Amino acid sequence: MSTTTTATTTNLWGGGKSPFSVEYGKLMMWYFLMSDAFTFGAFLISYGTIRFSTNGWPDPNEVFRSFPFAAEGVHAPLVFVSVMTFILIISSVTMVLAVKAGQEMNKKAVSLNLILTIIGGIAFLSCQAWEWNHLFHEGAWWGRNPFMNADGTASSTNFTNYFFTITGFHGFHVLSGVIINIIMLIMTLTDKFEKRGHYLMIEKAGLYWHFVDLVWVFVFTCFYLI
Amino acid sequence: MEHTAAHEAHSGGGNKEIIKVTIILSVLTIVELILGFWMMGITSPSFRLAIKGTIIILMMAKAFYIVAYFMHLKHEVKNLIMTICVPLMLFVWFITAFLWDGNSFRNLRNTFDPHFKEQSTIIVKEKAEGKEHPAEKK
Repeated sequence: MSTTTTATTTNLWGGGKSPFSVEYGKLMMWYFLMSDAFTFGAFLISYGTIRFSTNGWPDPNEVFRSFPFAAEGVHAPLVFVSVMTFILIISSVTMVLAVKAGQEMNKKAVSLNLILTIIGGIAFLSCQAWEWNHLFHEGAWWGRNPFMNADGTASSTNFTNYFFTITGFHGFHVLSGVIINIIMLIMTLTDKFEKRGHYLMIEKAGLYWHFVDLVWVFVFTCFYLI
Repeated sequence: MEHTAAHEAHSGGGNKEIIKVTIILSVLTIVELILGFWMMGITSPSFRLAIKGTIIILMMAKAFYIVAYFMHLKHEVKNLIMTICVPLMLFVWFITAFLWDGNSFRNLRNTFDPHFKEQSTIIVKEKAEGKEHPAEKK
């Protein structure tokens, strides 16, 4: 629907229909996600600023080096967080499939893919909860940083404060996303969308879920990789 | 994947596109992880910076694919794409300005605040770490 002639442009803005060819709710979801992007952007950029303004910072490969059921003192950096990242990516794929099934009015496929997405979300939250618990037991929390900097100097609580705050906000978004998806599932199973004749609500929930995945891409890169 | 039919405004691509984008995202993630692992063995600061820069570029590519294909933005009306992408351009200034400022802050403190500079040269002994573990049950 790219506008190439002036006739099409006049048509879109002539009134009586959405000039962006999307329903109101979808547009509002996009604008909400843009505002949320600035919120997370502000958090991450402030993290970057503080990190850049200090001489030393803990080495993430020394801090995040464990995984569930591993031996004490194991050194396996990036392993667990890779699993978490792939869980979220796959849950995003199942969400795309759910949206596509909704466009084809295929209730069964929508339900199945929503269930898979919900399972993926719960799996991610469980992993994040494990990571938090593990770090807590090593002495980390808001206001408590047991790790030293990569160069051996004393670190500040900035490291743990930022980690728990930002992953906490993200985890909260995942949680709300899972709850929204559960509500979507219930609405699908009770034929709400069949009665409406469209599954546009699933598309909006899909946008939110992909945003959650997108934020994780940035959070994971900033805290674990660079 | 531009379709010409009007009602295709809501659908974007078929299963093929979804599989293609999934594979691209997985490959980008794996490359990022490989770079991350590789970087662990590199000590040269400029080389590390180059690898970090590459990781950031890969991250931006992932963001593009998620927003364009999974969120269907690529298939939407051009004006809608612009109402999202143009304000997000603010991020270019946002990131540049704040990282530049942070760096400048560090340099100024190192130059004019002797306590700050000194603090960052004191090596913490291993014994001191043991004191800071309040709840170590595992």
